[in-house]
Amino acid sequence: MLAFILRRVIQSVVVLFVMSLIVFSMINLVGDPVDMLVNPESLPDEIERVRRDFGLDQPVHVQYWRFMAGAFSGDLGNSFIFGRPALALMAERFPATLELAVSALIIAVTVGLPSGVYAGLRPNGWGSRIIMGGSVLGISIPTFWLGLMMIIVFSVQLGWLPVSGRGDTEQFLGLESSLFTLDGLQHLIMPATNLALFKIAMVIRLARAGTVEVMALDFIKFARAKGLSSRRIVRAHLLPNILIPIITVLGIEFGTLIAFATVTESIFAWPGLGKLVIDAIVNLDRPIIVAYLLFVVALFLVLNLVVDIIYAVLDPRVRLQGDEG
Amino acid sequence: MTIRTTIAMLAFVATGIGLIGGPVSAQDLRVALAAEPTSMDPHYQNLTINNSMAMEVYDALVLQDVNQNLVPGLALSWEPFDERTWEFRLRPGVTFHNGAAFTAEDVVATMQRAANVPNSPSSFATFIEGKTFEVIDDLTLRISTETPYPFTPHDMSRIAIIDSAFVDATTEEFNTGESAFGTGPFVFSGWLPGDMIELARNDAYWGTPVDWENVIIRPIGDGTTRTAALLSGDVDFIERVSPSDLPNLESRDELSVFRSVSNRLLYLTLDMTNDPMRPWVTDLDGNPIESPFRDIRVRQAVSLAINRQAIADRVMDGLSTPAGQFSPEGYIGYSDDLTPDEYDADRARELLEEAGYGDGFMLTIHGPAGRYSNDTRILEAIAQMLSRIGIQTSVETMPASVFFRRFARGGPGDTPEFSVAMSGYANGSGEPSHPLRIFIHTKGNGYGPGNRNGYSNQEVDQLIEDGRSSMDIAYMEDALLQATEIAMRDFALVPIHHEIATWAARDGIEYPTGALDSTFIRHIRLQD
Repeated sequence: MLAFILRRVIQSVVVLFVMSLIVFSMINLVGDPVDMLVNPESLPDEIERVRRDFGLDQPVHVQYWRFMAGAFSGDLGNSFIFGRPALALMAERFPATLELAVSALIIAVTVGLPSGVYAGLRPNGWGSRIIMGGSVLGISIPTFWLGLMMIIVFSVQLGWLPVSGRGDTEQFLGLESSLFTLDGLQHLIMPATNLALFKIAMVIRLARAGTVEVMALDFIKFARAKGLSSRRIVRAHLLPNILIPIITVLGIEFGTLIAFATVTESIFAWPGLGKLVIDAIVNLDRPIIVAYLLFVVALFLVLNLVVDIIYAVLDPRVRLQGDEG
Repeated sequence: MTIRTTIAMLAFVATGIGLIGGPVSAQDLRVALAAEPTSMDPHYQNLTINNSMAMEVYDALVLQDVNQNLVPGLALSWEPFDERTWEFRLRPGVTFHNGAAFTAEDVVATMQRAANVPNSPSSFATFIEGKTFEVIDDLTLRISTETPYPFTPHDMSRIAIIDSAFVDATTEEFNTGESAFGTGPFVFSGWLPGDMIELARNDAYWGTPVDWENVIIRPIGDGTTRTAALLSGDVDFIERVSPSDLPNLESRDELSVFRSVSNRLLYLTLDMTNDPMRPWVTDLDGNPIESPFRDIRVRQAVSLAINRQAIADRVMDGLSTPAGQFSPEGYIGYSDDLTPDEYDADRARELLEEAGYGDGFMLTIHGPAGRYSNDTRILEAIAQMLSRIGIQTSVETMPASVFFRRFARGGPGDTPEFSVAMSGYANGSGEPSHPLRIFIHTKGNGYGPGNRNGYSNQEVDQLIEDGRSSMDIAYMEDALLQATEIAMRDFALVPIHHEIATWAARDGIEYPTGALDSTFIRHIRLQD
C-alpha cells in the first residue's frame, strides 16, 4: 500500500511538471496581456513599463524559469489584474466553490441512489419509468437554461428563493460557510440543485444498472432462499456491490463539480473559483489561469488516488500494489 | 419514510425558505452591477469601473458631472495663473472619513502615491508626470507644466485624493479598508471579492448627503440574472439591462427604466498605408492589392454603404443611435456641422466606380467577439452591406484578448495587422482633445497610440497640437472642433453608432443619466 502511494505521488509530480510546461507555453501564444490591462489613454511608455514590471519583456523560457523557481517556494506568481498572489486569490474563492460542490454531491447521492436502486428493483413499475424518464431529462437539459428557469420560477414567480450570491456565512469548526446559516442555505439550494441535476441523473442510471445486474446473481438468490428480508438484502448485499462503480465515477465527478462549476457560478453570481477563472481568461490574467489549471490537475490526481484507496477498503479483493497500471 | 412525513417535511422546508427577504428599510439600497472593480485602491488601475467606484468614496479636486463637464470638487475654483501654471483654490472645512482635515499637502502626497503604485496594471502616472505641485498655503495650490497645458483641471479630475497619512499604504490596505478613507459621499465599509461591496453614508459630506444609509453593491455578470434579481426584489437598481428584457421591464408599473445615449462609439478603421501591405484586401482572384482605402472616395463609399439606422433598429433592438463623430450630441467636442452619413448604396457604387473599383474587390473585416454589445452581428451586417456595393466582404471575429494584440501589432515589424477592423471607444477623461490625440494625430511622440490605419494630415496635427497648448479655452475648443471636422470629413475613421446605456430600478428611485455608461451610485436618488 505504502509503495503504491509513494509511486503514485512521484507519478503525480511528473504529470504536474509536464502540465506546467504545456500550460505555460500554450498560454504565451495567446494575445498579449498588456493590451487588455493598459488603458488606451495612457502614454505609450506605459505599455513598456507594465511589460517590464510583469516580466513580460523576458523570453518565454526565462519567464517559465522564474515561474518554476517561485512555484518551488509555494508562489505561483501575482495576478496581473488584482496584483495579489494567485494562490491567495484562489484560496479566498475556494470555500464557496467547495460548499457548492459538496452540497451538489450530497444531493446527487441522496436523491440518485435510492431512486436508482428503486428503479432497479422494479424495472417495469410505473415509478421506475418516471424516474428513468426524469433521468434522461436531467442528462439532456442544458444546465444554463435550467438555471435560468429555476430563477424565473422559484425567485421571480414564487419569490421563495434569492436569485444570486452566497448570502450570510458563519464560522463553524473553523470553516466559514453559508451551509451554517438559514440565509446561506436559501442562497445555496438553487445553484447546488442546478449543479447536482446532471449528477443525479448519472447516479440513478449507474445505481439502476448495478442493481439489475447484481439482483440476478446467485448470492442474492441464495440470500432470498435463506429467507432474508428484502431490506436486509438491499442493505447488506446489494449496496456494497453496486457502490464501487458509483464511487469511482463520483470521485472523478466531484473533481468536475469543483473544476467546472463555472456555468452555474456565473448564472447564480456565485463568488467561487469559476467566476475568478472566467474573468482571468477574458482578461488574459495568465498567472491565475496557469495556477488554476495546475490546481485542477492536482485535484484530479489526488481524487484518483483517494478513489483507489477507498476501493481497497470497500472490496478486499482489490490489492493496491506497486506494479499496478 | 411514509408519504405523509415526506409531505410534512417538504412543507416545513417550504415555509423556511418562504421567509426570506422581507421589506428592507427605505434607506438601504442594493445595486447589481455587471462587473466589479479589481481593487479598492483608487490609484491601483486606471480602469473605468475602478474609477467610478473610487469616486463614491473619494473626491478629486475637480469632479465631472454626468456629461463630463467639470464641476467643483475638493477645489472650489481653478484658473490659469500664468502661461504654464494653474491655480486651484481648495474647499475649506473638508474632513476625511477618519477625521483628518483636508489641505493642499494631501493633494501633493496623493500625486506622489498615485504615480507610483507597485504592480499597477495601468498607472495614473499619465496624468501626473510633467507637473510640478506647489503648495502656496493650506488651501491654495499651483500646478505648473513645462509648456502651456489647458487640461490640467481635466487631469486632476482623474485622481482620487487620499489623506497624506496613507501615502505609503499598500493596495492591500486599501482593499481591506484599513487605509480607505476619502472625503466622498460614501464611507467604505467592506469588500468581499466576487460577492459584494458595502458602503455607508458619509453624514459629514461637504455636498448634499446621499439618500442611502447603507448600500450593497453586488456583481452579477449575467444579464438575465440581473433582471431576475430586480424582478424578485433582491436588488433595487441594476445597470445594463439585456435588450430582450427591456420591453418586459418597461411594461411594469412597479419599475422604472432609464436610458441615455452614451459616448461609447463603435467605429471602423480603414487601412490607409501600403507599408507594409496588409493581406486582407485582394482582387477578385485573390491576389493581394494595395489598400483601396487610401482613396477618400472608397472610404466615403464604405460609410455610405452602411445602413446605420437598420443596424440600430434590427441588430441593436433600438439600443444605439447612428453616429457621425466621436461625441454624441450635447457632449463635449460635439460639432453641429457633422451628421451621420445617410445610407445611399447607389452613390456608394458610383464612388467606387469613380475610384476605379467598379468591379469591386475582396475584403476581410475583423473585430472582437463579445466585447461590445452585439459586436459579431454588427460586423456581419456591415459585411452584407459592403457586399451589396461590390466589396465582397467576409468577417473574422476573435476573443478580445487576441483581437487587440493583432489590432495593435499583429503585422510584420509589430505594425497593425488588419485592413478594416471594428473597435470601440469611450472618452473616459472628459478632455476634448483625447480622441484626437489618440486616434487621429499622426503616430509618434506620444501622439496617435491608437492610430491603426496610418491616417496623417499635417493640418489636423497642427490644430490638435495648437489646441493642446493654448491656455485660451475658447481658442482651444475651436481648434479641436476644426480638427474633428476635417478628420471626420477625411473618414479618418468611420463612425457607426453610439450605444444607448440602460438602467432599471424599483419605482421611487431616480437616476439622472448622461453620456456615461458606467453607474454612479452617488447619483441614485429617492424620488420625492
